[in-house]
Amino acid sequence: MSTTILWYATRGAGVVSLVLLTAVVVLGLTSAVRWQTTSWPRFLTVGLHRNLALTTLVFLAIHIVTAVVDPFTALGWNAALIPFSSSYRTLWLGLGVVALYLFVAILVTSALRPLFGYRAWRVVHWLTYAMWPIAVIHGFGTGTDRGFAWMLGIDVLCIGSVTAALAWRWNRVSPTSWRQVASNG
Amino acid sequence: MARLLGDPAGSLPMPTAGGLIDRIEAANLVGRGGAGFPVARKWRAVAERAKGRGVVLANGAEGEPLSVKDRILMANRPHLVIDGALLAADAVGAPDIIFYVGAAHRAAEAAMTQALRERSHQLKGRARLVSAPHCYVAGEESAAVHFINAGDARPTTTPPRPFERGVDGRPTLVQNVESLAIAALIARGMEETAGLVTVSGAVGHAGVQEIERDAILADVAAAAGGLARPVTAVLLGGYFGGWAAIDEVWGLPLEPQSLRARGLTFGCGVVHFLAENACGVDATARIVTYLASQSARQCGPCVFGLGAIAESARRLAARATHPGDLERLTRWTGQLSGRGACKHPDGAAGLLRSALTVFADEFRAHQRRQCLHIPTRTMVEAVA
Amino acid sequence: MDQQLQVDRIHCDGHGLCAELLPEVITLDDWGFPVLKAGAIPVRLVEHAQQAVDACPVLALRLAKARS
Repeated sequence: MSTTILWYATRGAGVVSLVLLTAVVVLGLTSAVRWQTTSWPRFLTVGLHRNLALTTLVFLAIHIVTAVVDPFTALGWNAALIPFSSSYRTLWLGLGVVALYLFVAILVTSALRPLFGYRAWRVVHWLTYAMWPIAVIHGFGTGTDRGFAWMLGIDVLCIGSVTAALAWRWNRVSPTSWRQVASNG
Repeated sequence: MARLLGDPAGSLPMPTAGGLIDRIEAANLVGRGGAGFPVARKWRAVAERAKGRGVVLANGAEGEPLSVKDRILMANRPHLVIDGALLAADAVGAPDIIFYVGAAHRAAEAAMTQALRERSHQLKGRARLVSAPHCYVAGEESAAVHFINAGDARPTTTPPRPFERGVDGRPTLVQNVESLAIAALIARGMEETAGLVTVSGAVGHAGVQEIERDAILADVAAAAGGLARPVTAVLLGGYFGGWAAIDEVWGLPLEPQSLRARGLTFGCGVVHFLAENACGVDATARIVTYLASQSARQCGPCVFGLGAIAESARRLAARATHPGDLERLTRWTGQLSGRGACKHPDGAAGLLRSALTVFADEFRAHQRRQCLHIPTRTMVEAVA
Repeated sequence: MDQQLQVDRIHCDGHGLCAELLPEVITLDDWGFPVLKAGAIPVRLVEHAQQAVDACPVLALRLAKARS
């Protein structure tokens, strides 16, 4: 396969992964604040959140496989699967691998939630707050297109929307504050 | 005639444990803690699962504000309660016994502690006494087990119920102390079991009465010194019971089956007479406010539903109603049963339904901001 | 065999997705908590009931054999 196509696939899939992941995070926060309208029910937010996460996995796989398989990059599978093991941009690439592992952990616990139980699922899900920033920083550090204005624009949009969603989430009174856990001990 | 209280006339015959569950079943004994569940059926359920590893939890928490019979029984006849617990433990196959006594019942706790000490050679470390927190739901069976296991006296999701998995995950018999005492009398061949009721309200002297098997409500009032003033309604069974119009139940036998046939409950044996110049709406509002405050706050429908009902009931009692208060209260009451992890909302629903029936005219008047009585204080003294 | 929905009332936080996905059986009270219709779930709705179970954010919904 032409190395140029692989090269473009890696970069394109990387950008798409970032955008999709951003959407997934925003939808997750939207679900947490329980936002809904008559034409946009809760299950749509949750359903999209899950489906886009799986779509992200697909593009992430393309991003990683094309990068490893491309003879031009001289990256082996080790670089893709063992964090900080590549000689090429060790730190930034390594962060990408870390983000991948976090993502896989979140996906697996979510897919097998009845098996893991609610508590375990919830704790692992909090890793999202680490995974998404690490993915963004990976893009800044080693993204080929990071200098371009359009890429910068995408980055700004992604960071902006997650920040806004986070602020929305933090400003909401927790919907479960009524529990006031005070055990009769 | 078997006696739970009063002077033990000489020594009682030795109990025989053989076939005890069958004899309890023949006596139709139902639990005296409030739920009225058949005692024999519960013992059998635990016995089937215990395999020699069961636990008996003698429930003397008595969180029901209008009831004092359990603490009186434990204070006066602790050995009878211990007998019953030992017999139950042997019948179901339980090496361990826990006496769960309400922290506020000092005399009962002292008497039980002393009695346990006196019998330490017989008990051989099988039994211990645990202080139950002073709140309404602490006596609920899953809450009691949860407290023993984790120090948290809040009900847990069932299944599994305590008879399947309770203290330390073992099949646990949670039984009211009066039920155990009666079982101890049955074991001595005294089938003519009496029962304990706590009488309060518009009577000569409030307190615990021991009633005959065929006692009717009029007998109970007489034993309590007669009615102090004319009465219109009576609360049967406690805050988890219900109101009844006095003329409908005056001649009714106070035993579980005939009460249940009338849609009423014996519950934990509370009999509270409401004087005719007291306001049923006000009394109900106080009870529901108390029940709402005693929610374990684990389930939305209990926290919000009961809370909103209590708020509407208070507005109705104060005759400061908003339009639709009574209609909303009635609608919300219909949405309480079966919607919590425990039966707390169900109990409140039962009380409210009976109030809306018995005091229907009063509630309607209050919605119109009027009162059918000369406004006066409620007779429900014991409400927190 | 008859199936029934059961709610873990302690874990239920009143998200309400279940009522969106199975309105024939689940409605919400004034505070967003589920009220379940009594009885077994009609066979044609069992698949939707399973989707409702999967959608619950706190795993409070369960599909089980109906008790008599």
